[in-house]
Amino acid sequence: MSDVVEKTLTALPSLLSLDSQPGAAKLSSTSKLGNLIRGITELTSKHEEEKLIHRELASIKEQVSSPNTSMRQMKELMVRAIYCESLGYEASFSYIHAIKLAQQGTGLEKRVGYLAVSLFLNENHELLLLLVNTVLKDLQSTNLIEVCMALTVVSQMFPKDMIPAILPLVEEKLNHPKEIIRRKAVLALYKFYLIAPNQVQHIHNKFRKALCDKDPGVMTASLHIYLQMIQENAEGYKDLTASFVSILKQVVGGKLPIDFNYHSVPAPWLQIQLIRILSLLGKNDQRTSEIMYEVLDESLRRAEMNHNITYAILYECVKCIYTIHPKSDLLEKAAKCIGNFVLSPKINLKYLGLKALTYVIQQDPKLALQHQMTIIECLDHPDLIIKRETLELLFRITNTQNVVVIVEKMLEFLRMSTDDYTTIDLVGKVAELAEKYPSDCVCFSYKNYTYAPDNEWFIETMNTVFSLSGDTMQPDIPNSFLKLLSEGFESVEEDRKLRLFAVDSYVTLLKGETGKLPQFFLQVISWVLGEYSHLSEELKPATVLELLQKLLDRKQTSSETKSWALMAMTKLCEGRAGVSVAQQVSETYISSMDTVLRQRAQELQHLSQDSELRARVLPRDADLEPLEVDSSLSFLDGFVSEALAAGAAPYKPPHQRQEELSQAKVLSLEPYGLSLPISMSSCSIADRQSPTLLSMSSGLSGDSTDLSHKGGSTTLKFEGVKRVWGKEGYLAQKESVEEAVQVEAPSPLRSTSQQAEVVGSHSQTPTLTPTPEPEQEKQQLASSLFFGISSQSSVCLMGKSGPTPQRFRRKAKGQSSSSGATEQMSNSVVFTSTTVDNLLCNNPPDSTITSEVDVSSSKHTSELPQGLTAANGTCDIEAELTDSDLKGSSPPLSGDNGLENADPDPHENLDKPQGVCLSSHLPAELSGLCRSEITPLCTLQNLDLSACHVHREDTIVLVVFITNSSDSAVQHIRLDLDSELLEVSCVSESPAKDVRSVAVYLYSLTVRRPAVHVELAGTVSYQVPVGTPQTAQFSYKLPLTAFIRPLTVSTEEYGTMWLAFSHDTKQNLTLINDGQEPLVATLNVLRKKLQLHVVEVIGVEGILACKLLQDQPCLMHFRVHEGALAVWLRSPVPDLPDCLIYHCQRALQEH
Amino acid sequence: MMQFMLLFSRQGKLRLQKWYVPLSDKEKKKITRELVQTVLARKPKMCSFLEWRDLKVVYKRYASLYFCCAVENQDNELITLEIIHRYVELLDKYFGSVCELDIIFNFEKAYFILDEFLLGGEAQETSKKNVLKAIEQADLLQENVDFQTRLFAAPT
Repeated sequence: MSDVVEKTLTALPSLLSLDSQPGAAKLSSTSKLGNLIRGITELTSKHEEEKLIHRELASIKEQVSSPNTSMRQMKELMVRAIYCESLGYEASFSYIHAIKLAQQGTGLEKRVGYLAVSLFLNENHELLLLLVNTVLKDLQSTNLIEVCMALTVVSQMFPKDMIPAILPLVEEKLNHPKEIIRRKAVLALYKFYLIAPNQVQHIHNKFRKALCDKDPGVMTASLHIYLQMIQENAEGYKDLTASFVSILKQVVGGKLPIDFNYHSVPAPWLQIQLIRILSLLGKNDQRTSEIMYEVLDESLRRAEMNHNITYAILYECVKCIYTIHPKSDLLEKAAKCIGNFVLSPKINLKYLGLKALTYVIQQDPKLALQHQMTIIECLDHPDLIIKRETLELLFRITNTQNVVVIVEKMLEFLRMSTDDYTTIDLVGKVAELAEKYPSDCVCFSYKNYTYAPDNEWFIETMNTVFSLSGDTMQPDIPNSFLKLLSEGFESVEEDRKLRLFAVDSYVTLLKGETGKLPQFFLQVISWVLGEYSHLSEELKPATVLELLQKLLDRKQTSSETKSWALMAMTKLCEGRAGVSVAQQVSETYISSMDTVLRQRAQELQHLSQDSELRARVLPRDADLEPLEVDSSLSFLDGFVSEALAAGAAPYKPPHQRQEELSQAKVLSLEPYGLSLPISMSSCSIADRQSPTLLSMSSGLSGDSTDLSHKGGSTTLKFEGVKRVWGKEGYLAQKESVEEAVQVEAPSPLRSTSQQAEVVGSHSQTPTLTPTPEPEQEKQQLASSLFFGISSQSSVCLMGKSGPTPQRFRRKAKGQSSSSGATEQMSNSVVFTSTTVDNLLCNNPPDSTITSEVDVSSSKHTSELPQGLTAANGTCDIEAELTDSDLKGSSPPLSGDNGLENADPDPHENLDKPQGVCLSSHLPAELSGLCRSEITPLCTLQNLDLSACHVHREDTIVLVVFITNSSDSAVQHIRLDLDSELLEVSCVSESPAKDVRSVAVYLYSLTVRRPAVHVELAGTVSYQVPVGTPQTAQFSYKLPLTAFIRPLTVSTEEYGTMWLAFSHDTKQNLTLINDGQEPLVATLNVLRKKLQLHVVEVIGVEGILACKLLQDQPCLMHFRVHEGALAVWLRSPVPDLPDCLIYHCQRALQEH
Repeated sequence: MMQFMLLFSRQGKLRLQKWYVPLSDKEKKKITRELVQTVLARKPKMCSFLEWRDLKVVYKRYASLYFCCAVENQDNELITLEIIHRYVELLDKYFGSVCELDIIFNFEKAYFILDEFLLGGEAQETSKKNVLKAIEQADLLQENVDFQTRLFAAPT
């Protein structure tokens, strides 16, 4: 292998010289691509270019379809086609030829073919299906380069439905001797994980192996997967924290080969990835955080060089330190780091400094004070990006005292912004602030020497928001504004004033130029005038009606706005004048093409004539009893079930209908006669539509909780705020800030005087010398912006960080108790898993249990990274090999396939006669129960071990028989069982007393974490009177089905449980067609084989329930759909649905 | 994860594009047009990062070429900047003081190098030596194939 490298390296200069001729003159003079490119550069007009390209494309088209074109020419043509496409001209005729080239070409031709495919097509393109066979072939190729090409294309784009077809091959590549292949295979699996996580669930163990790979490149690649998985479920990977920390320690310590250095910083990409992983693991977890403090400190210390790359690492460290459980000295260092960023003259660093500040500001408002002058400067920065980020920062530190200034700054930015995306975002934020603060401002206003947010301010701000946002606003902003107005606050008088002010301001607006007002705003105005214009004494309804009529007459007014205006008029049309206006208007619109408008016009006409009816329908000042809206529409349940009974098709939500439509096009996986895993081949995994909800009222009420949840999202986001703060360190220091802002402000600037050239002009001495005018302005701005952060900060910011004053009395019923329950459950899972680790650690070091458990146990993994560097950093080997620990840890690294050796297939050497006679030794209480066959575990010199498991109603009992087959007595038999997935507890032991007797050991098993098969590893040790002690290892495997019991629930209970469970899986299974009703037949098979409880079968749907011992429920929903059985499983236990699906498939296949 | 990478000239001509998320052609064109415009309008002393839609755009200019990457919001901007730099280093090493023309005339090579460096939007291999080694080996193989075809073609 090193020969190859050598050769490559010697060939390198000559190769380089071939390609390195400046301007590629060699190429351009001969190749057609060169001619084309030069041709284009010589042209002067777009029109000429178009003509030339079309000519070129026509010629390419002709040649690619000619049978005489060689692959070599094809490659050349394809490059030209790519070029034309990149200029923006379509060359779709060449797509199929690109696939052909990838299929038939060799070497570079194939490579260009693959490149063209990856540039032309995206992963949803249907032609991509034609590539699957080629990829399959290349994955099996003996040519490494071809395997690389196939893996490269797979990790860029691959049809999701075809993953099972190549998955086994890619998995196999994880064991390839070449690291480049292993690395690409890991990345391909990462891609699969991203697009179809369910399909790679069974290979999580292999990810662990990749993490322990001796090549740092492969290990780095596996971190992508881990980052993703930990983002989704940090709890499941806490045991790896120590490993990640030790890898990071070694990287930081420069233990990696020098190749991985980047500008003399060791593997920065790897460092950043690890720090990100650590911050996810340490979030809200003090114990885990403590493991990483040291290495973070070291990272901070080491990253001192003045280069972008070290700043990148520092930035990540700072974020991590503020995310995990706080530690005061680290925080101090991180804060200093942020200071360096913020004060840096480099604009990129300044930007990141602001971002970091924004991230940490709610935990540490003092930091904002320190940098207030810089923040003020950034607020007026010519680069809009900086300005925007500063506003984001200010948004996070608003309080009642500074909200007015901050909102003003935001509005200022809004007026300049041309980008829709920014506008929508900012408008949302301003509205949020405006709505959040006015309620409690009243009490503060007296001591506020800037401006107080009050009614006027609120209405005016909202006016600006509405008129600036155009029609791009999210619709919930006007909705919540109106809700706010109508629900009001505590004081009736205040409410009246607010509404009155709104009415007055809108009347003024409508009297002016209305042409530029957005439709949303006009709708708000109409509603408010209709509802509240009576509050104003001097305002006559006729005036308002006239204004509304004017609005109706305008051409630009949308019909939706018109119907709002008509509604308002309906509320206002009283008195003689009113009625006549109403009549006039309604006549105009009563024949409108728009049905809604026509409806409103009808209403207007009738209600204006019947004032009594109008008073009843539209009562003025109605008691605003919060309307109980039954958003689940449960009152329609009867109707729905009647319709269903009468044969109506069940309702499918739109997204599902669309999914089904698109699925009609999906190919089945069958065509490739590949050695698919049995579990995959019978079902089309792609088919993941959700089964229709049964007509259960509870099913629908789930939506209503969802809704209320969404409603709550307009409140201020306090993500990342930890209340753990302030307990130590920071609150104490806050007292020192309690001096007035003006005094506090300059001091930090002085302390960082080495950066003086940046802020030098603005740094101030604390003496009270008069400051120049612009400075004074800035100071003023600063004091108004940062007011309330200094002295009152502990009151305003900390005290309020939880439930901020809400104007909307929204019911927070989103958090149902069930989520709490699942949380508890996951906690308990963690607890048990840690005890396992301890158990393992306490094992005597020589008892190497051979099973895949080894790889994941914390004891071993923590040492793996050492092995990793030893394998790479050649210089370190001598030093580290003396370490006997290292040697001890290496066997499990390489030998994780020891599993197969230690586990002889139980069915192969099944000893029937023995089984029969052993069964007589079963304890009486177990003899009548359903049990598995007795399988031999291992045979030693003197002993034979066999085992079986017995199903009891509430437990599963493992029975181990130890038979003494020799003539000598055996003493001190010790049996130890252990499993990562199972909890094993010994029920009874009856040691054999005599020669040739049978000892029976009983264990009760509980599943700790579901897996398709759970495995036990065991050690038996004994002593014969003469001779040395003997030990042997064995393993025993049980299917998960052994732990499944029927769960008897009613349909109603099922409904409530269904909603509470968070883990689900959907898949299609084959139906059994043997004469009788297919659904019933299939369900019967499943019920018998898997021990399920059939809750109810309605038409084409059936619901079943089961539990995993002891009582972890899993609910199943079956629906016949287009000849297949759509299954949807839900459970509070992760992985349980997936495992059960697997067994369902097996059960149906075996049938 | 990186969402896409664009290389374009000061005149706004697209030289290289790599998309790591599936998008329609129409969308790709729209994004390219918008981004090229936005980036070209920025002044030299301005920040290299942009907030654009819900993504973050990191760009850097090397001579007449702009390298422009879009990453997700939680990604590290500075390291993205260094990814760009590492790619330029790789190009430079491979072509020998690379210039825009090299990339125009040998764009497929530039893509090959990119594919060995970034895969599926993530840094695949950060060791410069290893990336170049992979490229060289593929090139070497091609040499051999060419050699063989010449050998077999000679008698006829």
